[in-house]
Amino acid sequence: MSKGPKEAGMTLIVKTITRLTVGLILLYGIYIVTHGHLTPGGGFAGGVIIALSFIHLTLAFGKEVALKKLSKEGTSILDSLGALIFLAIAILGFTGGYFFLNFINKGVPFRLLSAGIIPLCNIAIALKVGAGLFAIFMGLVFLKILDKDKK
Amino acid sequence: MIYFLCMVLFAIGLYGVLRKRNLVKIILGLVIIEYATHLLFILIGYRMNGRAPILAEGEVIANIVDPLPQALVLTAIVISLGVTALVVSLAIRIYDRYRTFDITKIRRLRG
Amino acid sequence: MSILPLFVAIPLAGAFLTSLLGRRFKGLPDILSNLCTASLCVISIVSIGMVRGGSTLVYKLGGWMPPIGISLVLDGFSSFMLVTVNLVALLVNIYSINYMLRYTAKWKFYTLFLLMIAGMNGVVITGDLFNLYVFLEIAAIASYALVAFGIEHEELEASFKYAVMGSIASSFILLGIIFLYSYTSTLNMADIGRVLLDKGPGRIIGFIIPMFIFGFGLKAALVPFHAWLPDAHPAAPAPISAMLSGVLIKSLGVYALCRILFNVIGVGESLSLVLMFLGAISMVVGVFLAVGQWDLKRLLAYHSISQIGYVILGIGLGTPLGILGGLFHLFNHSIFKSLLFLNSGSVEYATGTRDLQKMGGLASKMPVTGTTNLIASMSIAGIPPFNGFWSKLIIIIAAVQAGRFGYAFWAVLASILTLASFMKVMKYGFYGKLNEAFNNIKEVPLFMRLSVVILAIICVAGGLLLLNGIFLEGARDVLLNGTKYAAVVLRAVK
Repeated sequence: MSKGPKEAGMTLIVKTITRLTVGLILLYGIYIVTHGHLTPGGGFAGGVIIALSFIHLTLAFGKEVALKKLSKEGTSILDSLGALIFLAIAILGFTGGYFFLNFINKGVPFRLLSAGIIPLCNIAIALKVGAGLFAIFMGLVFLKILDKDKK
Repeated sequence: MIYFLCMVLFAIGLYGVLRKRNLVKIILGLVIIEYATHLLFILIGYRMNGRAPILAEGEVIANIVDPLPQALVLTAIVISLGVTALVVSLAIRIYDRYRTFDITKIRRLRG
Repeated sequence: MSILPLFVAIPLAGAFLTSLLGRRFKGLPDILSNLCTASLCVISIVSIGMVRGGSTLVYKLGGWMPPIGISLVLDGFSSFMLVTVNLVALLVNIYSINYMLRYTAKWKFYTLFLLMIAGMNGVVITGDLFNLYVFLEIAAIASYALVAFGIEHEELEASFKYAVMGSIASSFILLGIIFLYSYTSTLNMADIGRVLLDKGPGRIIGFIIPMFIFGFGLKAALVPFHAWLPDAHPAAPAPISAMLSGVLIKSLGVYALCRILFNVIGVGESLSLVLMFLGAISMVVGVFLAVGQWDLKRLLAYHSISQIGYVILGIGLGTPLGILGGLFHLFNHSIFKSLLFLNSGSVEYATGTRDLQKMGGLASKMPVTGTTNLIASMSIAGIPPFNGFWSKLIIIIAAVQAGRFGYAFWAVLASILTLASFMKVMKYGFYGKLNEAFNNIKEVPLFMRLSVVILAIICVAGGLLLLNGIFLEGARDVLLNGTKYAAVVLRAVK
């Protein structure tokens, strides 16, 4: 099957399935992140799943499509932003006297809105991990492409 | 016994790093070493007939395995992810410069 | 509000802000990172005052009590290391304003640089064993990346070697931590010390100690494990060589080794012998390898191994005088070795070569670099008025007092060989006939000169620290107290 430059990526079957599932994968990642303090999972696992949804997109459609959704600079910014949010939460703990103090009302256990700063930390970690992992993947892929061009 | 197997795995990784000449195989050896360490850490936290340390609504906490190593191993895995990514990108760059993965041919530095 | 978390929080904030904004605003990374390191330097000097008289500060992260939560501990030894790390970091940072213009993407450099400082400060200040491992890895990963910063053949190869060996060392450290955890069921260093005192050292301790010695010894580049250092240090950009050689191998290697062996596990007679032997062998082997080198930075890198040997020998002696000498030499070495590496960077900046055989007569063209390099060379070789002399003298006297005449002899011999090798550097590099090719080189820019001059002044004045030694004696007392550390820290929590 000949492919034009615009039709980079895999076959029609893969593309169709991907179109259906990518959103679900992203949503599942977000679910894992937001329920990190209740069920297994959390910022890291959820972040990996979020990154996987973008990597999935890259594999199926080629890097142009994925980079249109989330550019390389965008990942870098999100990456730093995640870390800064985490640090800001930690520093805000000083309001109660301690670095990393859990300063928000802890609420009732086993509710979605409970456990003080932990869900916020999870979100920050997810941003960091998701963007970081996607950036690592893209970095390695780009390096390889650059290598091929030189040959 | 099972701890001993972890050490064997560790030794296999060490063998891979020390004896192999291919950069990719060295990286694989490194990853095996890290896995062996993480596995050992998880196993040390295990208790006989223990269950996963997850707190759910309305359940009594009885005989759970030690949760601390699991949290720490997650951190260690993230660190090893970082190291592996860095080393792989270095290997790609080295291939880009030297056109080989063989460490006997990559010898600019002496002494 | 305590200043303890700031040692980690400031460089981390600086690093991520740099990576967020540095791409847009050109001048920002310089200003931001210099602000960060300057403020770190100030608060680390403030911290000396806080631990005066042997007091210990413990900070509970998140308000959790130490055996459960992570604690930060500031005592004499930590504050001594913090001053060393942050002082050198500030001066190196001033230097790199001009120097790093040679490379693209300055903001990436500053991000990694600040991350490395965050890792080192974290290692020094933490009171938790696993937290120490995490910070150690942060600093180590940043340094792997920084060694490869130039992405040329040598840099990549050196960095790969360094990364592989460094990760194996980290795995060994993690194994040691795992076994210690399985024996004591706690990760807080003070608590581990307490449990070990109660339970008595089991047979497993004999298994853990070699792992720590291997792991941290590799990070500190003691001789059987030194192979990565002579490649990695010359390959890095000069400011990073200065950081690696000046403080990284000390805070990751020497500090962590001493903290764990002396304060957590406790040093016995045999362990002390092992440390002394390692110190002496790296001292002698390092200097013998250094004498034959013609590459300026590689020569300096071998001298780092040798000087670390002095530090370990002094600390391993275990007598009050020996530990004092070792720590003083640690401080002095970080000053004059960073100065030497920065000067080698200046030479490379001006002439474009690091080969001593191609240089000659540079002192007439680059007076500041020549003079400061002379001071640093005399300091490292142990010529009387400079700081290196005093610390080496103390170590040798301590060795004689402890009855270790053999080690004292080797220390003197290594010192003489150091002198010989630096005579070579000065003769071929800075005096003698000027090479024709370098007729129109110029002295390096302002900020580079500023930072080397400050370092040289510290070199000259460093001997005065002995007179007013709160700073050194606080650190020495912590190591002398040994396993009483546990009781001290646990009391400070209450």
